[in-house]
Amino acid sequence: MEALYLLIPLSVVVVFIALWVYFTASDSGQFDDLVGPGLRVLQDDDTPPEAASPPAPQRE
Amino acid sequence: MNAVLKPAACFHCGLPVPAGSGWNVTIDEVPRAMCCPGCEAVAQTIVDIGQSAYYRDRDEYAVNAAGAAMVPPELRLYSNDDAQFARDASSCEATLSVEGIRCAACVWLIERQLTRLPGVQAASLNVATERLYVRWSRAECEPGDILQAVRQVGYTAYPYDAVRHGERLQKASKTLGRQLFVAGLSMMQVMMYVAPSYLAAEDGTLDDSMASLMRWASLLLTLPAICYSAMPFFQGAWASLRARTLGMDVPVALGILAAFFGSVVATFTGRGEVYYDSATMFIFLLLCSRYFELQARRKAASALERLQHALPASASLMAGFPDNRATTLVPAGSLAVGDVILVKPGEAIAADSVIIEGSSALDLSLLTGESAAQRRKTGERVPGGAINASAALILRVLKPARDSTLSDLLKLIERAGSGKPQIAQWADKVAAWFVLGLLLFAAAVFAFWSWHDASQAWPVAIAVLVVSCPCALSLATPTALAAATDSLLRRGVLIVQPHVLETLHRATHIVFDKTGTLTLGRPVLKQTESLGSMTEEDSLQVAAALEAGSAHPLAQAILAAAGEQARAHAQQLQEVQGQGLEGIVDGVRYRLGNAAFVAAVAGPPLGDTAVGMQGMTPLYLGTQGRWLTRFLLSDALRPEARDVVAYFHRHGKQVVLLSGDQEALTQGVAAELGIATACGECLPDEKLDFVQQLQATGAVVAMVGDGINDAAVLSGADVSFAMGSGAALAQAHADTVLLSSQLVSVLDTAKTAARSMRIIRENLGWATLYNLTAIPAAALGFLNPWLSGVGMAASSAVVIANALRLRKA
Repeated sequence: MEALYLLIPLSVVVVFIALWVYFTASDSGQFDDLVGPGLRVLQDDDTPPEAASPPAPQRE
Repeated sequence: MNAVLKPAACFHCGLPVPAGSGWNVTIDEVPRAMCCPGCEAVAQTIVDIGQSAYYRDRDEYAVNAAGAAMVPPELRLYSNDDAQFARDASSCEATLSVEGIRCAACVWLIERQLTRLPGVQAASLNVATERLYVRWSRAECEPGDILQAVRQVGYTAYPYDAVRHGERLQKASKTLGRQLFVAGLSMMQVMMYVAPSYLAAEDGTLDDSMASLMRWASLLLTLPAICYSAMPFFQGAWASLRARTLGMDVPVALGILAAFFGSVVATFTGRGEVYYDSATMFIFLLLCSRYFELQARRKAASALERLQHALPASASLMAGFPDNRATTLVPAGSLAVGDVILVKPGEAIAADSVIIEGSSALDLSLLTGESAAQRRKTGERVPGGAINASAALILRVLKPARDSTLSDLLKLIERAGSGKPQIAQWADKVAAWFVLGLLLFAAAVFAFWSWHDASQAWPVAIAVLVVSCPCALSLATPTALAAATDSLLRRGVLIVQPHVLETLHRATHIVFDKTGTLTLGRPVLKQTESLGSMTEEDSLQVAAALEAGSAHPLAQAILAAAGEQARAHAQQLQEVQGQGLEGIVDGVRYRLGNAAFVAAVAGPPLGDTAVGMQGMTPLYLGTQGRWLTRFLLSDALRPEARDVVAYFHRHGKQVVLLSGDQEALTQGVAAELGIATACGECLPDEKLDFVQQLQATGAVVAMVGDGINDAAVLSGADVSFAMGSGAALAQAHADTVLLSSQLVSVLDTAKTAARSMRIIRENLGWATLYNLTAIPAAALGFLNPWLSGVGMAASSAVVIANALRLRKA
């Protein structure tokens, strides 16, 4: 039972950390668009934009 | 996800590929045929920037050339110097509205396309609101480049005006979301700490030091809920107290504070009960209902926002028309009456105008709620904000853009937003008394229990404060009305005055105007009588040939009756104003017109044998020495008129017909529809008198008319409907505007009104019943505070869910 004297204050701290994380995420616009990210993961093209190669020369 | 691509279709836009053409682009190593150099260029661009995956992911073709011009010069109207784009010295930012987003590939394509543009620092597209946020470097990029880049991949983007309304809602919703989150987290955690005391308090296994630790932890976690999440209630309560009224937030705030401070005292002294769980739960559940309410309002605002974007910012002016067809791009605000503008397919019409060349299908869905495209041809008027769906049109501007139909509509809607219906005002008043009574009652209960059993006084008083639910009185009525108004707006009924639904439901008399309201306001061919040897069918064809070029309403009726069949051409057509037409069809000279005009060639008029001619307009066809046919035309009833009248009869309302038209005609229509009271040849003043006399006998009068001519009587009636004949919105002094010009909308409104009133009554009944049982139960000590919180929130939820049923249907 003595462990509770540590765990309960710890849980209070964890809740405040969770609140802080949520506020940071909310400030950065994490919850502004709840539809787009779900669609975006459907893309299977994982090449970063910079690495995309120039078009191959076309052969006739 | 791939679209089904037919071999003969252009791989990019889906149009047929002309035979023998050689345009093609190699996409993913497969050569694909293109219909034109334009598609070829776009497809090559997409491949060149490494985005050929677009073709794998799309689920429909790109917008084709008819819908999107390649390099629209209007994009050059914007520059980095515009104040709206300013961010800081070196960079600009803008929120753009993007149209045409259909699938995941779109989002991805637009973002990639923009991040590749030199100078663009960030681009992100919100799918839900279809808004694109872009930040770019001032030196390297112009807004035009960005809009054009979006246009290049087949979407339309335009700068998003700072719409205060929408942004405020956005911010409010975000704050409320946070408050809800904090309250929820706090509630769940506090519940964990309280559970042991509920479970273990009786058998004494929870020792005092542990219980005290739990209380302190609960106190710490309740603080954010009280200090942050409960702010709306405290602010509301404070505001209403300062205005010297007792709002519904007052007992709520008082209950929360009492529970919290009572618990704080108990925590510090170590004696007595704590109610942290009740307080946090109460805050959370109440915030939930507020959050749903806000969501509902946000939906309504998005409809408004869509309307605000419907008027384009620029227009193509044809200054030299008709000699010179060159167009220059000008801001829509600078258009003057009489200017000639070109509207290409896919563009919105900048101002109310009349078509002077071309014919096209127009999308009027924003203006009327009618989703099917409407055909308009030369000579017809088109409202600003309509979207040209099929072919290019040349228009002459009739009104400046700021006075357009759509602007008027927006003003009306804004007006509609303010004001509270009477029933809600009444509910507010009752709720205020209710709150006062409740506070006194809580004080009395506290006094009684202090004397009877002091340990119970505090929790019982809190339970009484918390369990009562004035929200059902104060909140659910407006919620029901808002849901009803919203669902009606989607069906083309704009409620301007807040009392409409309530009054319409109470109405005892429904007064209709005739022309344009119960009838279509244009003649149709009712009867064809052969007077000579010619068959009715042939004579109709001859008449149609004569009338082919005429825009006269009677001519339109003949043409409509004759149908779309190929018909003979009339030669040497001559029109005699107000008399009729003369022309040669298949080598025979005919006259079509009134009796006197035809008699001039056909000989002495026939004895009038027509039966049922009353109220009809006759039109005669004759040739040299012979009468051929008589056409009888009359103003046609709207097909839905009978149902509408029958509905009101069924619901025990008196239906009255008032018309400025001839007595005989009016009686005819009344008889046909089964309307007992009808009055023809009424001047506007007489109509008003009639309505006022009805009102003097205690009747509640609803008037349905056509806005312009009936303005006086419409404003005299208790509740009024104007058929929203596009041009006349501003003059419509009606409480309700039927944007779709469909009579059946009156029926919709009446049905919705009946349902709304029923739901409001249910809500009020439920609230009364709940309060009558729950408050005494709490006062007698049967309910502890947390149970009261559940009861109260459940009661609110029932009421709001009930109100939201109106959104459907």
